[in-house]
Amino acid sequence: MNTRINLAGVELKNPVTTASGTFGSGEEYSEFVNLSRLGGVVTKGVANIPWEGNPTPRIAETYGGMINAIGLQNPGIEVFVQRDIPFLKQFDTKIIVNVCGKTTEDYCEVVERLADQPVDLLEINVSCPNVKEGGIAFGQDPKCLEAITKEIKKRAKQPIIMKLSPNVTDITEMARAAEAGGADVLSLINTLTGMKIDINKRAFAVANKTGGLSGPAIKPVAVRMVYQVANAVSLPIIGMGGIMNAEDAIEFILAGATAISVGTANFVNPGVTEEIVNGIEEYMRKYNVKDINELIGAVR
Amino acid sequence: MKDKFKETAIVIAQEEIATGVFSMWLKTDRIAAEAKAGQFISVYCREGSRLLPRPISICEIDTADSALRIVYRVVGQGTEEFSKMNTGSQIEILGPLGNGFPLKERKAFLIGGGIGIPPMLALAKELDCEKNIILGYKDELFLQDELAEHGNIYIATEDGSCGTKGNVLDAIRENALEADIIYACGPTPMLRAIKEYAAEKDIETWLSLEEKMACGIGACLACVCKSKETDSHTNVHNKRICKDGPVFLAEEVEI
Repeated sequence: MNTRINLAGVELKNPVTTASGTFGSGEEYSEFVNLSRLGGVVTKGVANIPWEGNPTPRIAETYGGMINAIGLQNPGIEVFVQRDIPFLKQFDTKIIVNVCGKTTEDYCEVVERLADQPVDLLEINVSCPNVKEGGIAFGQDPKCLEAITKEIKKRAKQPIIMKLSPNVTDITEMARAAEAGGADVLSLINTLTGMKIDINKRAFAVANKTGGLSGPAIKPVAVRMVYQVANAVSLPIIGMGGIMNAEDAIEFILAGATAISVGTANFVNPGVTEEIVNGIEEYMRKYNVKDINELIGAVR
Repeated sequence: MKDKFKETAIVIAQEEIATGVFSMWLKTDRIAAEAKAGQFISVYCREGSRLLPRPISICEIDTADSALRIVYRVVGQGTEEFSKMNTGSQIEILGPLGNGFPLKERKAFLIGGGIGIPPMLALAKELDCEKNIILGYKDELFLQDELAEHGNIYIATEDGSCGTKGNVLDAIRENALEADIIYACGPTPMLRAIKEYAAEKDIETWLSLEEKMACGIGACLACVCKSKETDSHTNVHNKRICKDGPVFLAEEVEI
């Protein structure tokens, strides 16, 4: 039985990765998960300099989901390179670094700093709904997205994953723009912009007013978008959005994802990623699937 | 080293000790043996639409019977679900989480406000020193008799129905109490006032903070508080309440 998949020449032992921002750099979760069992760890977004993030409260639970507006708090690339990469190198898993920035130059600075680092893939976050500059501004305009993809691709030593926002009219247009700019892989979806109001306090539930909705509530939207993008471009896709278990992961793979990311589910069960790896293997045994690649985009 | 565990605990007993305030004893496998006063557990809902665990402070630790007591207020659907559980019910928990109170045996104030009172019981049992325990309530009292077994009790109520009319600092002033160290847990305005009081009097003060949490283990950065200095982990002026706290030295944090 083969669970290995390939993302732009990088082989992952299985399709299971962590969704950026839900898993730190893996250290906290390593008490609950053997990181070497995962296909890859996608780190929390890191910028050229430290970011303080948004005021609290930063999260609120919603029915079948949650809204977050952390604001990409991160320690900056220098601390990340010195502390987080050596930590992850102890494990037999692929290191996928999520890169954020306010300007094209910010992104490029991080990408260049990582050039000689033992990092396998770069995920470029042009879709965070919770920061005012950069982030999603690049991810909602196809011309901007193509331009920044080109600039990053010129400088990157590792293959680049462009992470797409669902907060657009037509996600295939964004996918094509990223492909035209030279993206190697696409990941989708980032969170859907949402809002929650506390009717007792008559106030917004998160300080940022709006936040990104994640969790099982968004899964059908995510599956639909993965399917659309898989049929619009020829790039491999990392699918995510409300994956809670192996069945959900298989659904994304059947829709066209080569790999998947698990995010909010880590909060519900800190050991869930490893359980999903096991569950995918069980599914393959049950249906006598010899190679997981047979399942990618198998439902047309 | 692994020091926190996700377990299926069993409800040993549960009772409503004040209106909407429940006391639950839980039989744990390993969590009770590791737990310290001031730490908390994440309690998971059974209803699948409620994804996030509820962080609840530890009220008592019974290592001999591997049991933990939590006292919580019903504030939403999650805690409502917990309040309906009976003896023998299974409940998913993760813990022990956070750092807990440092045990410094000096003439102490243990100050609890509202649902910040429960962790003071675990602390009062562990601290072997002169303790003035000051409790602030809106109106209805709970846990005051149990706390009285471990120190001198002073009560403040907003409506004046018991003890000092006013807040915990009013009770301290009215009774001319003094301390060399302060431990406090309660609503932010109370903690802010205690921090100010302690700074004036130059008293070492440990505050237990609260914030909306997701992961509970320091990964997601939802529950941060502002720190005076750049934090060594986050490299910004933010500390993680679930991991670096919930207990902080008052002058370390901006509240």
